[in-house]
Amino acid sequence: MTLIETLVSVKPGSALAEAMEKRGEILRLSEAAHDAVLLPRDPGGLSYGLRAALAARMARQNHNEALARHYDALVERAGEPAIAPLSAPGTIAQDPRVAEIVRHADRLTVAPREATRANIEALRASGVTDADIVRLSELAAFVNYQVRVIAGLALIGARQ
Amino acid sequence: MSEVVHAFTTKIPRWQPYVVPVDLETATEEQRAAMQVTPSNKGISPYVLTLAHDPESLTVRSPLFNLIMYGKDGLASSERELGATAASVVNRCVYCAAVHASRFISQTKRTDVIEAIFADGLDAELDEHLQAIFDFSARLSPTPPKATKADAQALADVGFSELESLDLVLSSAIFGWANRLMHTLGEPVAD
Repeated sequence: MTLIETLVSVKPGSALAEAMEKRGEILRLSEAAHDAVLLPRDPGGLSYGLRAALAARMARQNHNEALARHYDALVERAGEPAIAPLSAPGTIAQDPRVAEIVRHADRLTVAPREATRANIEALRASGVTDADIVRLSELAAFVNYQVRVIAGLALIGARQ
Repeated sequence: MSEVVHAFTTKIPRWQPYVVPVDLETATEEQRAAMQVTPSNKGISPYVLTLAHDPESLTVRSPLFNLIMYGKDGLASSERELGATAASVVNRCVYCAAVHASRFISQTKRTDVIEAIFADGLDAELDEHLQAIFDFSARLSPTPPKATKADAQALADVGFSELESLDLVLSSAIFGWANRLMHTLGEPVAD
């Protein structure tokens, strides 16, 4: 079962369960997308621990604690204890490069509409490469997609 | 002289990245595969060249996006486009809104619907069926999502099946993804 299916916990045999089965390929690709942003073969300048901590933080900013706990487990697995506190919204990083990454991750999650060219320049000035800027955007974009699929399906499943 | 487009429009702008896109000439094999570069497909857009910085994500994202937006059966294509437009209005992705509002219009001829959405945003008043779609998608889009059981029920009340409802969740949510790339990695310009 994919992570989205586990977290939506749809009633077996229900019309929604049947619909999700019909969209099984989409759910499988969503799981593959999860692996591509959390556990990529080439993490570039965004460590596995940082990716997982940011994902947990984004899930919390979206009020999805169950999803956040899934990412907490990945944080633990990564074994980067210095990064772990970032999984709580509002915390800041000491390292200026990581601090700028966290600021941008927050903006991508909470207020993407306010993003400007100046944000990208600030990331570059802190030593974040263009490839890592794209990696960070994909991570935030995916987690925010996943949060909405889970939230939407839970609402559909709850109606009578 | 190109000018940045700030207002919603159905005239599709050109997308210009803030970062330096991957150079097709020096792209790795993995990046070329992710961009689906073939002898007959050499016209790769600046957007795809930008996303090629993360080939593992791009490889999965393209088929996922296509299945959600252009998959057969289930929700009508124009209604997926309306869900995409609603998310793009919330996230103020002017480029995404232009592309998907235009598709909605070309499939439905309902220019009036898009005019209302671009003029009034989340307060747009639409007919009951389209209102249920627009409101559900728009309320699923902020952080944290604001959609309620009543919004989901409104879809059922206008005759949505579970499969159609699921398709609307997916087409709104995938724009929570697309908007966060398109609107934050570059800007729409009019030449």
